[in-house]
Amino acid sequence: MSETVIRVENLSKRYILGENLQGGSTTLREKLTEGTKALSRRILHPSKQNILKSERKDFWALKDVTFEIQQGERIGFVGRNGAGKSTLLKILSRITEPTKGHIMIKGRVASLLEVGTGFHQELTGRENVYLNGAILGMSRAEIKRKFDEIVAFSEVEKFLDTPVKRYSSGMYVRLAFAVAAHLEPEVLIVDEVLAVGDAQFQKKCLDKMGQIAREGRTILFVSHNMGAISTLCDRAVYLVKGQVKEEGKADAVVNNYLKDIFSNKIENLNELRFPGMGKDIRFFDIQLVSEDGANLLFEQPLNFLLKIQSDIDAKDLFIGTSIFDSLGNCIGTHLSEQTFSPRAGQRFIVYQTISNLKLAPGSYYAGFGIAWGVKGAQVRNLEGVVGTPAFQVLPTSYNGEQFGDWHPNWGRIVIKDIDMKIEAERNGR
Amino acid sequence: MNTRELIIEAGRTEGQYWQDLWRFRELFYFLSWRDILVRYKQTAIGLAWALLRPFITTVVFTLVFSVLAKLPSNPGVPYPILVFAAMLPWQFFSSAITECSNSLVTNSNLISKIYFPRLIVPASSVIVAFVDFLVSGMILVAMMAWYDFVPDWRILTLPLFVLIAAAASLGGGLWMAALNVEYRDFKHIVPFLVQLGMYISPVGYSSEIVYQRHPQWSLLYSLNPMVGVIDGFRWAILRGKAEIYWPGFVLSSVIVILILASGIWYFRKTERTFADVI
Repeated sequence: MSETVIRVENLSKRYILGENLQGGSTTLREKLTEGTKALSRRILHPSKQNILKSERKDFWALKDVTFEIQQGERIGFVGRNGAGKSTLLKILSRITEPTKGHIMIKGRVASLLEVGTGFHQELTGRENVYLNGAILGMSRAEIKRKFDEIVAFSEVEKFLDTPVKRYSSGMYVRLAFAVAAHLEPEVLIVDEVLAVGDAQFQKKCLDKMGQIAREGRTILFVSHNMGAISTLCDRAVYLVKGQVKEEGKADAVVNNYLKDIFSNKIENLNELRFPGMGKDIRFFDIQLVSEDGANLLFEQPLNFLLKIQSDIDAKDLFIGTSIFDSLGNCIGTHLSEQTFSPRAGQRFIVYQTISNLKLAPGSYYAGFGIAWGVKGAQVRNLEGVVGTPAFQVLPTSYNGEQFGDWHPNWGRIVIKDIDMKIEAERNGR
Repeated sequence: MNTRELIIEAGRTEGQYWQDLWRFRELFYFLSWRDILVRYKQTAIGLAWALLRPFITTVVFTLVFSVLAKLPSNPGVPYPILVFAAMLPWQFFSSAITECSNSLVTNSNLISKIYFPRLIVPASSVIVAFVDFLVSGMILVAMMAWYDFVPDWRILTLPLFVLIAAAASLGGGLWMAALNVEYRDFKHIVPFLVQLGMYISPVGYSSEIVYQRHPQWSLLYSLNPMVGVIDGFRWAILRGKAEIYWPGFVLSSVIVILILASGIWYFRKTERTFADVI
């Protein structure tokens, strides 16, 4: 007797990308100078109107997305960065309006796009529970009723009357999630919130979400953690470039998504590019140089070849290199010490060798970026491509050493070179 | 159980907006509560600030306008009380406008993560300014006791003028808040406007000076919405010793209504893109 609780029809969302990369708002000063320029242009060259129209570009974050969700379903959304997952959740939570299309939702919706939205550093834990509850849509009476339960779940009873600015990040997240977990909406929208907190707490959250779903509530869930999607969700939607590529059983969709990532069949780096990036300077080729395709022996150095094309003059750019595991967690990042200063029209080839990484056997992919600025402080990203090349680390090393099963819980790095001594403790000394 | 059906479409929010505003009234309450709590958290500083700022300004204005410039007070009214009766609504208005203009940007984490009628944010800033207003009202009571100046029945009309002041604050604040999201450099203009407003409003002097010495400017002067509010405050507090210039008061009030209506209109017009640009 399942009933459709969410129906999305031909949903589209357009963003207008301005000239500034940050995508932020314009300033009044810019607007005024622009207006003056346009006016003087019109006076001086009345015939040449519209030639220098501002270089605004449309970007469709979502295009003709259609799907239905039944009551009590737990549905996951997967896709690369910029595929439109977060935009979709934002529209469903009414934070932003769609450009086209129609959505019908039955029942009370609560969305959790961030843990601890509206938490105020100066207020105590107790005060923040009330505030955050109200922000998430609970009434005062409801919060009062559930207060003890929330506090028990969060395990921070002792610090309830301490301002949250004195909390450890773990306590902060636990308290915030505890409030969210006690919402009783008919539809719960969750975005990537499990990326925070320790493993034990993550498990607690997943259990709680499972329990919420068993009570017949509907959950919409976005995560880069494919493990969480396949355990929690029964169905998944795979988005590519703002369109639904596949919809079906969660396990099957997750498998296809991972297959796509690891097939290296990327005709076009644009598919992996963050929106708004790569306009002035971009990678036009990214390769893994190895003898055996995408298969590497354990401890074999990673050799990347990057080709860069610049359309602008720029100074002191640096390159970022990151490695991600198959679930989408970033394992590590390198920001280059070397910088380069391209001129418009110039091309570069970058050779990178990463050795001593000791990645555990498994599947990985890389991501690259070009940025300008002070590392760790003000960085302006000019280019970002994540998802290629993908590669496998085999459970065999150069000298033929074999790993048995490398258990996923052991992490993604094999720790070697430990000085260790094991001695029996002698009594009486 | 009746399940509510929600439709999301481009441009659809309009009809549900006022309904939503009512539905989110508890959030309004909590946001105001949060802002007041944070403001008065370090009780000594919060309270002292709300008391000291208008008090010191009043002392300075009395010195400058009465002692140095030798401007007359209304007959029988001590100059400090004349100034403070205007300082109260002016502080309310100016701090509400300033707080409003920053409110959306400081709450951008809420706006980009949660849906609620955005009108709540600047409205709760006005509430915070109102609490400050009540606190500094204590100074007026103290001053009246000091000068042994007892108000008459007209003080009972004060809530009406408070209401007009609140409407002017919210209207102006909505404009500032929305413009501040759209143009990030607008925040540099707000303090300047507020400062300028203090001098073109009859805060440090009596508006009767304008009406008596330059009657031809009276109506133009009353285009400033705070002129009507301040005249009203003085009339209510000073036992009618400050006369209201009625045509000017009506004009000021009409301007207040226009500012409020246009503020709501402009805010509503730009609101739907806040989450995209903030």
